[in-house]
Parts: sequence; structure tokens; C-alpha cells
Amino acid sequence: MRRGASWFNVTSITLGFAFLYLPIVLLVIYSFNASKLVTVWGGFSTKWYVSLLTNQGLLDAAWVTIRVALLSATLATVLGTLAAIALVRFGRFPGGTLFSGMVYAPLVMPEVITGLAMLLLFVAIGFARGFWTLTLAHITFSMCFVAVVVQSRLVTFDRSLEEAALDLGCPPFRTFFTITLPLILPAVVAGWMLAFTLSLDDLVISSFTTGPGATTLPMKIYSQVRLGVTPEINAICTILIAIVATGVIIASIVTKRREVERQRAERLAIQGV
Amino acid sequence: MALTNSSSGHSRLRWLVVAIPYLWLILLFLAPFLIVVKISLSATAIAMPPYQPALDFSAGLGVLWQQLKELSFDNYVFLTEDALYWESYLSSLKIALISTFLILIIGYPIAYGMARARKEWRTTLLMLVILPFWTSFLIRVYAWIGILKPEGLLNQLLLSVGVISEPLNIMPSTLAVYIGIVYSYLPFMILPLYATLEKLDETLLEAAADLGCPPIQAFWKITFPLSLPGVIAGCFLVFIPAVGEFVIPDLLGGSDTLMIGKTLWAEFFSNRDWPVSSAVAVVLLAILVIPIMLFQNAQKKASE
Repeated sequence: MRRGASWFNVTSITLGFAFLYLPIVLLVIYSFNASKLVTVWGGFSTKWYVSLLTNQGLLDAAWVTIRVALLSATLATVLGTLAAIALVRFGRFPGGTLFSGMVYAPLVMPEVITGLAMLLLFVAIGFARGFWTLTLAHITFSMCFVAVVVQSRLVTFDRSLEEAALDLGCPPFRTFFTITLPLILPAVVAGWMLAFTLSLDDLVISSFTTGPGATTLPMKIYSQVRLGVTPEINAICTILIAIVATGVIIASIVTKRREVERQRAERLAIQGV
Repeated sequence: MALTNSSSGHSRLRWLVVAIPYLWLILLFLAPFLIVVKISLSATAIAMPPYQPALDFSAGLGVLWQQLKELSFDNYVFLTEDALYWESYLSSLKIALISTFLILIIGYPIAYGMARARKEWRTTLLMLVILPFWTSFLIRVYAWIGILKPEGLLNQLLLSVGVISEPLNIMPSTLAVYIGIVYSYLPFMILPLYATLEKLDETLLEAAADLGCPPIQAFWKITFPLSLPGVIAGCFLVFIPAVGEFVIPDLLGGSDTLMIGKTLWAEFFSNRDWPVSSAVAVVLLAILVIPIMLFQNAQKKASE
């Protein structure tokens, strides 16, 4: 089979990416629309972005969302990394099947079920709903995504490096922090970012598990969207898209550069320089 | 972690690595499902929380036995009596099944084209697929409202070109739900497909071509069978969450678009009937348990 550009491959990629990106591009363009009617172009304007800054309810929601996302992504990364290590390195322990089941199930579990289940748990144990229940729920579903991302890196991991450190008398705890963690770090960082955006975006699980005083941005957007499309929502969405896109692009550039440096270092090491 | 040595300090550390995430998931993922089952067997009450506790473990075993005898399956009976519920389940399964098939047909050529692209292009293309996947689900669904609604961009375009003289009523409708699901879940199909297609050994296809096998036949005899693990993973990743989808049918669908996620949400937030919504969730889980277990097996195999 010939590599490269056949007309079929080019067409399918072009159409596919047009389909994926056109709605987002239109949304961004119409956030700069001067007209209040979202679908009628009334000239370029940034007034909707300015009006966001004075919308206190929205700013409060954004602040709650960011705090929950930072806290839950960080804890989910720790728990998810531990879970990945447990899955890859100690696959066979009592209850291992249950464990891997609990890690993979949240990836596909319909959110309405997870949300309802967690809410009923919090009610059953009498935990006041709000910021903390929201955070606990986000940690739980996003740690499983972190586990899968880190696991895929651990599977291809060269264990002889760890074994060498252990043979030379390095304690396991230190071996982990000096050998294992630096090598799986790109996956851990990617896992953190995934957990962060999952938390930032979540609507369904948040709606179930939150309480008074902890309204997140997606919940706010959702309640406004139900009333209709407004340029103001387009503006918030554009900001969120810009944040996520910048983060993902920077991360991929950094990862690529590190990879190139690593390969160069390996070549130099082989040549004995 | 480097914890395979079996001395006692190591094994304690090793035990912790397993125990911490294990306990977390048992307490916050597994236990909640048991509570859902318990509450689905309770009677509805006008109170906060709005249900009569079915089991109270603090009262001792004798009382517990008494309570066990009083567990009611009324909520489940109720689900079978009201056509709304089973129609929602059936319609969800139908919508999810058709969407999965559509996404496979649309996603396969894209993943194939990506895997056959020049190597220096592939990382960029991959990132372009992942990027919308990182963008909020809600935002991506919202973007379609502006396009599909009666006075939306699609109708404006078609009217100005002169293809139609009356605005089409695409949204709200079930058709809009299909568009929304296909759009939102497409990356979940492309990514596993791309992963398997990229690893495909091309010498097999060269051998087939050398032996005079036409490309289309080579595709069905070699490429497609070898990409099956990706097809299976992609289909599960799309189908299972799509059955319980709430945001898409709620925002793009009409009142006649029944989906069980929407029904559960309304039961919980509008009717405040916690026991019935728990019963809805238990039945939904029972329907999905087989696909979920198949998905887990596929995942486990892929990671070994």
C-alpha cells in the first residue's frame, strides 16, 4: 500500500476535520458579534467579553470551578498513578479483578448513574453537599482516566533501569522518585491535564453532587443555554476553549522537545561522548 | 514502582500502593451503587431526603430481618407499568446503536487516512483529533444549537443559496440528537481505530498486492480484520455512555425524543422521586453490565 496522499485519504481527513472544527470555529466567530441576535452578523465587537467581567455570578462560578479542578486533578493524579502502578506491576493480588473493574468502569459509566450514586452516598453518610462533595466526586471519576493514561506509559517502561537501582542498594521509595517518576512524568502530567479539563467541563456529575453555594461554570452555562443562545455564552465558551487549547498545545510542544532531547542524549551516551 | 522485592519493608509499601486507590474506589465508587440498590427498594416519602429508609443496620439483626421482609419492589413494578420508562430504555438503545454504527462509518476513513498520512504529519493530525475531545462536551453541543435551530446558520445558508424556501425544523428533533452524538463521540472512535491502524504491518498489504489482490479486497481480508480490536474498543467507548446520554437529548432533542438519561434526570430533579430514579439507574446498569464487562476485558487484554 502506498503511503502518503491518495485522494481518498486526503478527502476523508479534510471532511472529517471540517466536521470536527466548523462548529467550534463558528461559535468563536459569533462571540465577536456586535448584534445581540446570535445568528445575525452585526459587525465586530468585544463587548460581550467586557460584559462578562461585570457578571458577578459568572465570576463566582468560574472561581469555584477552578478551585475544584485544581484540587481534584492533583489528588486524582496521585491516586490514579498509584492505581496504574498497582494494575501494571501487581496485577495479581486478591481482588485484582474487582480492582481493575472499578478502574475501567467509570470510563464508560453513564454520568447520570455515577452522579446519582455519589449523591446518595453523601446523603446516606450525612455529608453536607457543596464544594467538598463536588471535589470528592471529581477525584473519583477522573482518577480512573489518569490511571489509564499512566498505565499505557508503564506498560512500555524499561524495568531494567529500576532493577539496576535496586541491585545497587537504592531503597524502593527512592528508586521510585529518582528513576520511575521522572521516566513516567510526561504521562503523569498528561493525566493531570486530562483530570483538570474533565473537572472543568463536568456538568452531570456536578449537578448531582453539588450543594448550595457551589455552582460551577458548566452548571451556569447550562442553565443559560436552556434559555437560549446568547453572545455572552459564546464569549465564555471561547475563553474556555482558548485556555484548553493553549494548555494542550504547550504540553505537546514540551513533550516533543523533551523527547528529542532524550533521543539526542541517548545517541551521545551510545557514542560514549 | 520498584517494589517487586519481597522483603517486609517493600511488601508493606507495595501493600499501600494497592490499598489506597482500592479503598478509595470501594468507598466512593462501589459503595454508592449498593446504596442506589438499597434506595431503589425503599418507599417514596415527602421529606428530606425523600425516601423511607429500607434498611437500618443500627437497629440490630432481629429488626433487620423484619425490614428485609418489608423491602418493596414497588418501584420496579412501577417502571414496568408506565410506558414512559421502557420506551425510554428502548429508544436510548436504538439511538445509541445507530449512532455507534454511524460513528464507525464516519470515523474509520478518518482514522485510516491519518494512519496512512506521512509520518511527520501524523502527530499533528492526532493532536487535532484530541483537541476537540479536551474541549467541553457542553460547549460542543451548544455550538450545534446555533447552527441547527430554525433561525440558525444552516437554515440561513440554505435559504440564501435557494436550496429551500422554508426553514428546516432540524432542531429540536431526534435527528439533531444523532448529529450531536456523532459529533461529540467521534474522537472516541477515531483514537482507538488510529492506534490499531497505525501499528498495522504494511508488508502484509504489499504481499497481497504482489499476489494480485485488488486493494478493496485486501482491505476486507487484511486491514479490517486486523483493526478489529480498535473497532471493538471504539464501539464500546461510544455505545455505553451514549445509552445514558443526558446533555445531548436535553439540549438538541425535542419532547418526543425519549432517552433514559433524560428521564432519570427529570425523575430526580423535577419529580424529586429518589427511589424511582434509583430503580431507573439500577435497571440501566443491568442493561449495560454485559457491554461494560466486555469493554473491561478488551481493555485488560489491550494493556497486557
